[in-house]
Amino acid sequence: MLRVICLVKRIAVLDANRCVGCQLCMLACSRRLGFAGYEKSAIRVRSAGGVERGFTVIVCRACSDPPCARVCPEDALIPRPGGGVILKPERCNGCGHCAEACDIGAIWMDGESGKPIICVYCGYCVQFCPHKVIMLQEVEAV
Amino acid sequence: MSHWVRTLSRVLYVDLARKRYWIEDREDLFSRWLGGIGVAAQLYKEEVPRGADPLGPENAIIFAVGPLTGVFPMASKTVAAFKSPLNGYFAESHAGGRSALAIRFAGYGAIVIRSVSERPVYLVIEHDRVRFKDASALWGVRSAETVGRILRETTPGAGMRSILRIGGAGEKLVRYAMVMVETFRHFGRMGLGAVFGSKKLKAIVVAPEKVHRFPDMRRYRDIYQRIYDLTKGPKTKKYHDLGTAENVLVLNAIGALPTKNFSSGRFDGAEEISGEALVENVLARRVACSACPVACIHLAAIREEYEDERFMYKTEFISYDYEPIYALGTNLGVRDRFGLLKLFKAVEDWGLDAISTGVVLAWATEALERGLITKFETLVDLRWGDWRGYLAAIENIVRQPNEFYKVLAMGVEEAARRYGGEDFAMAFNRVEPAGYLTGPLFFISLAIGFRHSHLDSGAYSLDQKIFSSAEELPSPREAAQRIIEEEAWRQILTSLVLCLFARGVYDENLVSEALRSLGYDYSPEDLKRLGREIYFEKQRLKWEEGFRASSLRIPRRIIETPTPLGRISREYLEEALKEFDDLIGKSSST
Repeated sequence: MLRVICLVKRIAVLDANRCVGCQLCMLACSRRLGFAGYEKSAIRVRSAGGVERGFTVIVCRACSDPPCARVCPEDALIPRPGGGVILKPERCNGCGHCAEACDIGAIWMDGESGKPIICVYCGYCVQFCPHKVIMLQEVEAV
Repeated sequence: MSHWVRTLSRVLYVDLARKRYWIEDREDLFSRWLGGIGVAAQLYKEEVPRGADPLGPENAIIFAVGPLTGVFPMASKTVAAFKSPLNGYFAESHAGGRSALAIRFAGYGAIVIRSVSERPVYLVIEHDRVRFKDASALWGVRSAETVGRILRETTPGAGMRSILRIGGAGEKLVRYAMVMVETFRHFGRMGLGAVFGSKKLKAIVVAPEKVHRFPDMRRYRDIYQRIYDLTKGPKTKKYHDLGTAENVLVLNAIGALPTKNFSSGRFDGAEEISGEALVENVLARRVACSACPVACIHLAAIREEYEDERFMYKTEFISYDYEPIYALGTNLGVRDRFGLLKLFKAVEDWGLDAISTGVVLAWATEALERGLITKFETLVDLRWGDWRGYLAAIENIVRQPNEFYKVLAMGVEEAARRYGGEDFAMAFNRVEPAGYLTGPLFFISLAIGFRHSHLDSGAYSLDQKIFSSAEELPSPREAAQRIIEEEAWRQILTSLVLCLFARGVYDENLVSEALRSLGYDYSPEDLKRLGREIYFEKQRLKWEEGFRASSLRIPRRIIETPTPLGRISREYLEEALKEFDDLIGKSSST
């Protein structure tokens, strides 16, 4: 049997209950691209209906059969071997079908470029999580 | 000047009477006064005429953020400047939550709110527009928490927006009503909630959607990493671990924990409501303001069975901190943890400042004990430690069912003027004190402060240092100078705007470097000079309206109750306040 050695990474949410809602991950993701603010971030944190109920952390989970890629009319989202997608921005027409197709709501449209914000699985956000909520993990082979 | 200043210089002006808004570029202010309190004081000077009624159309509400907001860890606070309805002077209050980053990334450095709306209104502020929304349906919703719940469902920007609102106390113009921010954060002191109420302004929602490009990524990322590591280190550990509640046992041990209306510095129930006991028994979750790794906000769970239905339970959450533990706990003799949390929840829901409320109730308890007032006035029994009575009294402060509670809603100074008991009416410049019986420097700092927070100048810590090193008290003039010097530097921190819990991390060299990475050019000396300028600008605003520290009433109680530094001498306090007036007077006449 052929075994693919899988070294593909993704951002895993280990325990959202530890999240304090500081949003340093979001700010880190925007910073990576040279921006101050939230809007460029590919990871989002929001309260689960008031901070006393804790937080929800939303980030691409690197599906092995990504629906966002399947609905893209321009083949701008290329499935990554092992899971997840890679955005080819020059092909993207900004239709937003990918954002609608993502069942976990982990794709947002960038108001400036009109194109989707897609996690690149770099793990920069993880370096600035002070409470071990997220980690950079190898995608588990199915 | 740095391109960064230009991204910060947009000031949003909102006129509540005419329902109009416009945006002005105020680079003149942001390049001269940094941001935060530095700019807010200047905007206040432009907006609020001398003699303006704090609850009239001439008062303005000014919110400001600064150059570091949202770009460095713990730069998470918004400054509010307004004329205080408690004492009638220029005042400020700071709050975190999501407010600062929301304002910054909605694209504003400051927001100025003018005049009075004819009918209840709330504002939805976005980058390019402000919507004036009818708040008739929200007016009368007495729980500030409920107002937030409603607006969460009906306004944009989930996860990043900030929701500022008042509860019943603000609507009823209780002079120490607060403005709630998200949940569990507040513009607590000095009565901003009443100013909102007077303007018929129920809430403000700010939805951020802007990004700003950094001028020098490499430089910025390097220093960001350094600051991030520092903010996770020992300098913020206290706030991370037990939180500010750590102070309960520390202060009790040295006899500086205000107890039963400042009649003692030791509370025999301190153990039960200490930071340690709260962590052990009720801590349920910790949360953070935006951009803060510390997460000092400690939330307790209140698990409770309904009185009218057995086996029917609810669990509510409430934040705790040292100051409310002092004000509604030790200072009222409340040692029952459950009762204490219920009191916290009550002031949170009604939208009251916890400190002022506790001090007002402590005065009322003592006045009742001494027979200056009777149950005819108080309607409920007020006894040290009886939290149920206090719970009912808190509701009465908001509902104001009789003349007595109408007066209590004006603050302790007014209550004592009407009913007597000035000797034990704890107020400095008409504002109820934060909870430190550490020594004379702290009380001097309260008399001359703007926020009436222990963080104005940290003079409680100056007292404690004198105590632990067994130093002599400084001369009255030197005491005034030390307080001014510390508070002057804090003007820089609150212009950037940093949380003062980060003050141990951000020294003048680091601040200078952080600003440099954004294209600003300030040496550590420049910053110190600017801090002093801002400080004196602010003092001048009060001086011009007749404020003189030396003419303030000093409550007799604080010269009777021993502190760790012994009994405070009235002459020492009076001398220091005279010296202070002398220093401010000289700067104001030049």
